[in-house]
Amino acid sequence: MSLMRNRAISVSAGILSLTALFALVGPWVSPNDYLTTNFELPLLPPTMTAAHWFGTDDLGRDLFVRTMLGVRVTLLVAIVASLVSLVIGVTYGAVAGFVGGRVDAVMMRFVDTLYALPFIFIVILLMVVFERNFLLIFVAIGAVNWLDMARIVRGQTLSLREREFVQAARLTGVSTARIILRHIAPNLIGIVVVYVTLTIPQAILVESFLSFLGLGIQEPQTSLGALVNNGVKQMEGAAWALLIPACLLAAILMCFNFLGDGLRDYFDARHVK
Amino acid sequence: MSLLDVSGLTVRYGDDVVVDDLGFSISGGESIGLVGESGSGKSQTALAILGLLPRQARVTGSVRFSGLELLGAGEDTLNTIRARRIGIVFQDPMQALNPYLRIGRQLREILVRHKLVARADIDARIVDMLRRVGISDAARQVRAYPHELSGGMRQRVMLASALIAEPDLLIADEPTTALDVTVQAQILALLEEIRDDTALLLITHDLGVVAGHCERMLVLESGRVVDAGATTSLFASPGHEHTRVLLQAAPRLDREDIPPPATGVSILGVEGASVSYRAFGSERLQAVRDVSLSLRCGETIAIVGESGSGKSSFVRAVLGLIPMQAGRAVYAGSPLEGPVEQRAKAQRRDLQLVFQDPASALNPQMRVHSLVEESLLVHEPQLNKGQRTARIIETLEQVGLSDTYLRRYPHELSGGQAQRVAIARALVLGPKVLICDEAVAALDGSVRERVLALLKKVQEDTGLAILFITHDLAVVRCVSHRVLVMYMGRLVELADNAALFSRPRHPYTRALIDAVPVPNPVVAPITAPLQGEVPSLLQPPSGCVFHPRCEYAVDICAQKQPVACDIDGTRVVCHRAAEIDLRRTVR
Repeated sequence: MSLMRNRAISVSAGILSLTALFALVGPWVSPNDYLTTNFELPLLPPTMTAAHWFGTDDLGRDLFVRTMLGVRVTLLVAIVASLVSLVIGVTYGAVAGFVGGRVDAVMMRFVDTLYALPFIFIVILLMVVFERNFLLIFVAIGAVNWLDMARIVRGQTLSLREREFVQAARLTGVSTARIILRHIAPNLIGIVVVYVTLTIPQAILVESFLSFLGLGIQEPQTSLGALVNNGVKQMEGAAWALLIPACLLAAILMCFNFLGDGLRDYFDARHVK
Repeated sequence: MSLLDVSGLTVRYGDDVVVDDLGFSISGGESIGLVGESGSGKSQTALAILGLLPRQARVTGSVRFSGLELLGAGEDTLNTIRARRIGIVFQDPMQALNPYLRIGRQLREILVRHKLVARADIDARIVDMLRRVGISDAARQVRAYPHELSGGMRQRVMLASALIAEPDLLIADEPTTALDVTVQAQILALLEEIRDDTALLLITHDLGVVAGHCERMLVLESGRVVDAGATTSLFASPGHEHTRVLLQAAPRLDREDIPPPATGVSILGVEGASVSYRAFGSERLQAVRDVSLSLRCGETIAIVGESGSGKSSFVRAVLGLIPMQAGRAVYAGSPLEGPVEQRAKAQRRDLQLVFQDPASALNPQMRVHSLVEESLLVHEPQLNKGQRTARIIETLEQVGLSDTYLRRYPHELSGGQAQRVAIARALVLGPKVLICDEAVAALDGSVRERVLALLKKVQEDTGLAILFITHDLAVVRCVSHRVLVMYMGRLVELADNAALFSRPRHPYTRALIDAVPVPNPVVAPITAPLQGEVPSLLQPPSGCVFHPRCEYAVDICAQKQPVACDIDGTRVVCHRAAEIDLRRTVR
């Protein structure tokens, strides 16, 4: 079965790439920019006038360009944060699972300890103590997500290590490095890919949550979370300022979730057959 | 009027027809066997009769039970019929019993739901039923959870739950396939004994079981009935080619003796091997105790025993996959020491292992080419790509696969093909000793025959020595020169193939041989199989570990551990080996 024949995968991947393309190209198409304020046209509803397709915010900034910018930032944060969790989590989990024994026990107790910390609270503290910046958000979100990844990868590695094909390789004299590379890693890819697509929406949510609290992206930069936060303030007079970024955020989250589910089905099916 | 009338039964999944226009009938009290290899549609037929197929299945035709049409009947009707009039026993009792409920509760449910017995009598009825299926101490065991029982005991509970409502028909789907051969004999004898006038639909791949327990049989091949009739006449003269194939492949003990190989030199010797695992706390579980053998070039030794007999632990310790606590192994004059990673390259190259389940022994992400190539990369680094491929193709041809399989993934192979690839992987380096751990247990009869023939041919061509682990005495009979019988981690008998089957010296060997179902309807199945089950390895019985189950046991057996003695070339570990005669004339 080809990957694209799965409807959940193809539809959500399609929507996501369209959104990303849109976010990249959109700001060039519009004559406006995300910075310029226009105090004569605050809270303008979506209109063709002066190409304010999504209207303007309370400072008269063009919401179309700001929304596109928000999508960019949100996707960027999500993907970078997931990569951070992927790299740390897979390495950590695979090592713990394959080496096993005492090393495994110590490494996993460390993960358990980190789990016990109230992470959002720590992230908020970090944000308050240090200057708020992009990098910190990536690190903070990635640091939350790698724990789950490490546990999943470790569990999978543990069961793969006992599989007979690994024993067969050990018997023949295949080196440990090659066993990990050829026998363990390829069998992890399925579950890792699926899990990454499912952590991306988590990262997006955390970022939006931080921005909504005013702790995330700093003005005049923006993200979907920050836009929603702003929109809430104008909710009564200018619903579009809330609805447009909120709907986009929801659509992106749903697409990632469907993509993850679709990939899981796809990999499961291949294993069953 | 017949009890169950099936006609034109067809089951489809999309475009796949898994049961095709099937028809048969069962009258009250009759027993019918439904026989076929895996994928022949026998289980699907049973599920279709019971209305238990998944929703995607499209079922057409007619299933009439005492005149009542079951196909398309409402769930209420079906529930009543299923519990009260048709009893069901599945292959795996662990999946069929609810792990969270005590077994008494699960039996009670049936009686209460259908108001079969007055409330006051329910408990007595449950205990009585458990006693009938041979559960000793039934009054206490009603409070046991399924995981506290052994596999055989669980299957007895399943039988009790199927029969407690006194149904007219019992459907048993591979009821003994997951069990050891002695337990299988117990369950089959029990089934026969307590069935009374309940009709039986027995689904199995094992013609020995059908021969002993069914009056009529139906042979299925890819969803169609290809042969049907009285068991005795079908065994005497099969009406269809497929029946003949199945009969030929049926496990049987009455085969020609295998001539011993031209005496070769001993290539693999093991002395006093012991393996133990850490159990709870400081307790250690002795999986293998003091087992010795000497394998010669070109010879096959079968290691046979029930589950938990320590046969797999023994070979894994020899190979260095798990530590050997005591004893030593010698390969071609040099000692085999330490874990496999620390052993000499030549030793790792010359000793190869074939696993039971090819599905888990082959990396699902690698193609056949890479699977077989891997050991060449390790041991023959001087070969270039073309030379390696040539070797791979040559080895695949040796196991009867063409080069068209090179680019396939394991999931694109059938069970038999996958096992051939696993064998090719083991043979590509030209090993001297091949260890097969239940290598044919997961295969259908006809495929098994071919794989065994293949191994034999390789042995003739190359002088390979084979250590063949199996629980199946019929396989032992047709592949091995010598046989090592293990019980609870101990060697009980080591004998030539012919000697072992014609004159076993140990009562346990006798019991194992007797328990094998004979694919011959004229021979009555044994009515008094070996009783009891294998005791826990954590608390082995005193003296001879077999004495609690042994019908020849005397006082000394419980007091003193027997030592090995040699009688006419047979090594046997039994106090009474010299005085008892275990030959049988019949069978």
